[in-house]
Amino acid sequence: MKKWISLLLAVCMLFTLVACGGSGDKDTADDTDTSGETADAGTYVFGGIGPLTGEAAIYGNAVKNGAQIAVDEINALGGVQIELKFQDDVADGETAVNAYNKLLDDGMQVLVGPVTTGSAIAVSAKLYEDRVFGLTPSASSPDVTSGKDNMFQLCFTDPNQGVAAADYIAENRADSTVAVIYRNDDAYSQGIRDAFVAELKANGMEAAYEGTFTKDTATDFSVQLTAAQSAGADLVFLPIYYQPASVILSQADAMGYAPTFFGVDGMDGILTLEGFDTSLAEGVTVQSPFSADATDDATVSFVEKYVALAGETPNQFAADGYDCVYALYNALNEAGCTPDMSAEDICEALVATFTGGFSVDGLTGSNMTWSANGEVSKAPNIYVITDGKYVAA
Amino acid sequence: MNRLKNMKRTTKANFATYLGVILAFVIVTILVNNGMLKRSHMGLLVPICCYIVMAVSLNLTVGILGELSLGHAGFMSVGAFSGVIAAMSLAEAIPYAPARLVIAIIVGAVCAAIAGVIVGVPVLRLRGDYLAIVTLAFGEIIKELINCLIVGHDSEGLHIVFNYNGSKSVEDLHLLEDGIVIVKGAQGTANVTTIASFTAGFILIMITLVIVLNLVNSRSGRAIMAIRDNRIAAESVGINVTKYKLMAFVTSSALAGAAGALYGLNYSSMQATKFDFNTSILVLVYVVLGGLGNIWGSIIAATVLYVLPEALREFADYRMLVYAIVLILVMLATNSPAVKNVLIKIIPHRKGEEDNG
Repeated sequence: MKKWISLLLAVCMLFTLVACGGSGDKDTADDTDTSGETADAGTYVFGGIGPLTGEAAIYGNAVKNGAQIAVDEINALGGVQIELKFQDDVADGETAVNAYNKLLDDGMQVLVGPVTTGSAIAVSAKLYEDRVFGLTPSASSPDVTSGKDNMFQLCFTDPNQGVAAADYIAENRADSTVAVIYRNDDAYSQGIRDAFVAELKANGMEAAYEGTFTKDTATDFSVQLTAAQSAGADLVFLPIYYQPASVILSQADAMGYAPTFFGVDGMDGILTLEGFDTSLAEGVTVQSPFSADATDDATVSFVEKYVALAGETPNQFAADGYDCVYALYNALNEAGCTPDMSAEDICEALVATFTGGFSVDGLTGSNMTWSANGEVSKAPNIYVITDGKYVAA
Repeated sequence: MNRLKNMKRTTKANFATYLGVILAFVIVTILVNNGMLKRSHMGLLVPICCYIVMAVSLNLTVGILGELSLGHAGFMSVGAFSGVIAAMSLAEAIPYAPARLVIAIIVGAVCAAIAGVIVGVPVLRLRGDYLAIVTLAFGEIIKELINCLIVGHDSEGLHIVFNYNGSKSVEDLHLLEDGIVIVKGAQGTANVTTIASFTAGFILIMITLVIVLNLVNSRSGRAIMAIRDNRIAAESVGINVTKYKLMAFVTSSALAGAAGALYGLNYSSMQATKFDFNTSILVLVYVVLGGLGNIWGSIIAATVLYVLPEALREFADYRMLVYAIVLILVMLATNSPAVKNVLIKIIPHRKGEEDNG
């Protein structure tokens, strides 16, 4: 009898959840209905794929919120409307393909995403087969775009980031001893590290120490830090995400080791990490295309809206998502597309536009242009964290 | 007619299993051909086939042999990567895709079987839960090894570099102009030509069923179950315990390798980190919920539990929470005596099986 009662309770719980989820869905459906009534110009369906749950959720949610802000701004202009449908992929290629198929069923015409590299490679092959246009905000491996003419990137590729960082160090810190700590079971980290070390060598420098870690050993870096210290490194290059970087910073502080830490775009977000003492990040150099502390009007307005929507300061991924939607919107207008066109026709028109000298100004760079292989060209910015804020170096 | 009546109950059950799978395949194929399935459903077909084979093969180790294996995804990983390497390097030699797929699956199965022998020979001699511990470690070791593996292919053949200290990269393969990089260490495979198909998945399931069901109902299968039920008694009647344990375990790992090869050739990119402890546990969940030693239970559990998280996409962020609740409900329901009684009333002939299980 007890079991039946517990079963009954569980079923009740399930139905409450269904009700919650259902009502949420209904709200958004109502929104799109009303917007559909006011707009005569029609509605584009933008798909989005990214990790909304799981350990990389912060990136997917940032992109989703950033893209949503851009969509809301465009819809408020009147005229052509955009509906953003975002699906969760838990940063897993298999789930991403499932999400992609689901989006196609839902009438997606253009894809914003996928957010993470592994998913993006798996989905981009499908995009190429089905002739659907894809612009990823943050999947940075060259494999994402190679061999696929309809897949474009809004972020720097991993090799470009590594090369830019190595060139910056060779130019400004030529006398320093460099150590690298990277995650060798992660495509992003390994990709940047390979290009960084090669470019450092080309500039006549060498990494004095290279420490590796994996997903499972990302909680203790005392071995790597001690080795870097005894190798005499006064600059530690961290081509990693900010969660392990925060552990490195606090452990280095505890052992009294204070080199210059140099991070790339994955380091972005360290200042908003919960429970992290931001004073530890003082002096960290970050190579990132976006700074929430910039004072230009576009950034200030975006940050304001983002804080209102998500309750936190936007990171680079949010800005990437925002720029993606605007890049696609401008390109669609320039190509003369209309919302009643099929995904395939839109794809061909957008490919011609993107490779035909189209340029767009966004939060993550002005005058962004794309090459035929899908890579974006924009200038990287170097920031130094000072008083808990990004200050251009 | 008489022959059908005289058939043993297990034979009948086995034929029902085959028939069910064939029927499901025919129905799905008709639906696909008439355009009645959505894309999101069609995309699930091949992975479902892979996970069914994984679940059935793990059931052989866990349900029939009675040893706990926590590294089944490791064998899948071995099969996936060796299969992809084989298929990609034979792309020019064998342009016919289905033939290449068959070779890739065989290569995957053989490589996983070798891995199974390496793990099984020392461990299956021991008593107790050692297999669980060692397979757990095996899964992690395979993940780390493949993260160090860089493989390319050009007209001179395969080039393999083992990046054990993290200093090697794709350049160290010294590929010729026409070369392709197949596995890039932690970045996994990329730009793989996807040649897996639902038909191939169905055939693989049928082969798996033929192998597993025949093994279980053979003299060897009875020896394996005797070891599970009472090792000392089995030894006392002269059964070579290690041999039969190894037989079941290696068969199980070879089938997992075949499933892996099919899986790897269904996605243009995959990373070794995909085949981690969580994937092993996921397959174990399929087996446990389907019923230990119950082959058709594994098939149904794998299908339902793979489709479930995708079907729950409407719940957005609550998706996995609902999934977990459903898992708990299924476990409560299948263990509740009331439900069992209802089941027995509906299907009276299952009573005997229930008692055995």
